[in-house]
Amino acid sequence: MIEPSFLFGQFVSGLSTAMYLFLIASGLSLIFGVLRVLNFAHGSFYMLGAYLAWQLVQWLGPRTESFWLAVFGAGLAVALVGALIERLLLRHMYRREELYQLLFTYALVLVISDVVRYTWGTQQLGVFRPPSMEGALRVFGSNVPLYTVFIMVLGPSIALGIWLLLNRTGLGRTVRAAALDREMLSALGANVGWLYTGMFALGSFFAGLGGALVTPVRSLLPGMDVEIIVEAFIVVVIGGLGSLWGTFLGALIYGQVLAFGILVFPRFSIFAAFVLMAAILVVRPWGLFGKPIER
Amino acid sequence: MPWMTILVLALATVPWMGSRFYTFLATDIVILALFATSLNLLLGQTGLVSFGHAAYFGVGAYTCAILMKTHGAPFAVGLLAAPILAGLAAAVFGYFCVRLTRIYFAMLTLAFAQIVWGICFKWNAVTGGEQGMSDVPYPDLSWMGALPFIGSLRVGEQYYLLALAIVALCIALLRMIVDSPFGRMLSLIRENPERARFVGLDVRRYELGAFVLAGAFAGVAGALFGLFNRGVFPDFAYWSKSAEVLIMVILGGMGHFWGPAIGAGALILLNQQISAYTQFWPFVLGTTLIILLFVFPGGIVGTLAAAWARLRK
Repeated sequence: MIEPSFLFGQFVSGLSTAMYLFLIASGLSLIFGVLRVLNFAHGSFYMLGAYLAWQLVQWLGPRTESFWLAVFGAGLAVALVGALIERLLLRHMYRREELYQLLFTYALVLVISDVVRYTWGTQQLGVFRPPSMEGALRVFGSNVPLYTVFIMVLGPSIALGIWLLLNRTGLGRTVRAAALDREMLSALGANVGWLYTGMFALGSFFAGLGGALVTPVRSLLPGMDVEIIVEAFIVVVIGGLGSLWGTFLGALIYGQVLAFGILVFPRFSIFAAFVLMAAILVVRPWGLFGKPIER
Repeated sequence: MPWMTILVLALATVPWMGSRFYTFLATDIVILALFATSLNLLLGQTGLVSFGHAAYFGVGAYTCAILMKTHGAPFAVGLLAAPILAGLAAAVFGYFCVRLTRIYFAMLTLAFAQIVWGICFKWNAVTGGEQGMSDVPYPDLSWMGALPFIGSLRVGEQYYLLALAIVALCIALLRMIVDSPFGRMLSLIRENPERARFVGLDVRRYELGAFVLAGAFAGVAGALFGLFNRGVFPDFAYWSKSAEVLIMVILGGMGHFWGPAIGAGALILLNQQISAYTQFWPFVLGTTLIILLFVFPGGIVGTLAAAWARLRK
C-alpha cells in the first residue's frame, strides 16, 4: 500500500513542475497566438534567463535577497534580446512559409546555445535560494519547501495577470484584434509592428523569468534549452497553441502525467507524455482549448 | 541518365585517391545525400514540411543493427528489412499526419519522431537504451575480395563502394518516382492542392504514398549509416537530426532534385573545415542558416540556377 503522504508529495512535485512549465509555455503560446510563429528558440531564452540570473547573483552577492533583483533583471534582459531579434530579423519572416520560420528559430537555438557555452562554459552551475525562502511548510505530513509554495502561487497569479491584460485592457483588445486580422487592425491605425515587438518581448520575458526562477531548483547546464522546449511544446500542444487557460491546463496535466507516470511506468514517463501529445494532435490538433486556425 | 552514371563513376574513384580520410568523408556524404533526397520527396516535391524525418532514419538504422548484431542476420536481410520497417512506421504515422495541414502536420511528425526516439532511448533490452548499440558487426564483404581491382582494397573502402552502389540505385529509383505520373501528381498537390482535389485526386492517399516512400528510403540511409558508424544511438531519431537533414535540403535547394544531395555534401565538408578551427560548430551552422534563409532562400542550386538564367539573358 502506498502512503497517502507519498502520493501527496508526488502531487505537489507535479504541481510545481507544472507551474515552472506554465511560466515558459505561456510565453510560447502567447507568441504563437499573436504572431503565428512557433518559436523553437523559446527554450534558449529560458536558458539565457537562467545563466543571466546566475551571473547577476554572483555580482550582487549570493544567499541574499538581491536574488529577486537578479531574477527580475534577467527577465528584462531576455525581453530586450527578444525585442531586438524580433525587430531586426524575425519580422522579415512573417510573410514566409512556416518551414523558413521554423528553421529560423532553430538557427537561433544553435547560435544562443553556443553563445551561452562560450560565455559560461559547460560545468554545472547553481544558485542558492534567498534566505527568506529557506524554510518549509508541513502539509499532510510532507514537507513542502517555501520556494515551491511561492512558485505555486506565482504561476496562477501570472496566468490571471495575462488574462486581465488581454481581456480587461485596451492594449489587450488590440492584441486580440491583431491575432484575428492583422491587416484590418493596421488599416484602423494601430501600430501593429510595435505591437508584435512588444508581444514577442513579453513572451521572451516570461521565458527569461522562468529560467531565472528555476535556478535554485535545477542546476544550469548546456542542453537545458532543448530539454525545456520539448516539454513546453508538449504542454502547449495538449492545451492548445495560443490559448492561455489551455496552456495552464496542459501544464497541470503534463506535470501530473510526469509525477505519477514515474510510479506506473518507471521507465516510460517521458514516452507517455509524447504519446499523449501525439494522441491530442490526432484527435484535436488545435488542442483541448485552442481554436483551429484557417491558413 | 548519363550524368548520373558519370557522377557515380567519378565518386567510385575516391578509394584510389590515397587517403582513408577521403573515403570516410565520401561514405558519410553519399549516405546522408540519400537521406536528404528522400526528405525532398516530401518537402520539395509534395510541399509537406516534415519535422520528424529522422524517425525513419532511426527505425532503419536500428532494424538493420538489431538484426545483424542480436540475431546474426546477414547484411542483405538487414538491408531489406530496414526500408520495410521504416516504411511500415511511416505508413502508420503518416496515416495520421496527412490528415493535418501545415504547421500541425509539422508538429505531429515531430511528435511521432520523439516517440520513436523515446522507444530507442528507453527500451534497454532491445535497443540498448541511452547507450545505443556499439560494435555492430561489419557486413561480410569477403565476396568483394574476389573482384578485380576492388579485392585489394581495405574493408572500409569496399564498404564505401557498396554503399555508393546502393545509394546510387536508390537515388535512381527516387528520380524515376519523381518523373513518373505519380511524381507529377505530387507536384500538382504541392502547387495547388485544391485543384488536385477538383480533378478527382485522392490527395491524402498520394501524400501518404509519398510519406511511405520517403520513409522507406530514409530507412535504407539509416541502415547504411548505422553500419558505417559501427553503432546506432538514440540521437539518430532525435529532433535535432530531423532539423539537420532539413538544413541540408534547404542549403542545397529544395526546388531541384539534386539540391539536397549537394546540400548534404556541402554541409559535411563545411563541418569538416570548421571543426578543424573551432569547437563552436553550432554557432557557425546557425549563422550560416540565418544568412541562407535571408539572402539565398533558393539554396546553392537555386542561387546558381538564378545566376545562370541571368547570364544567359
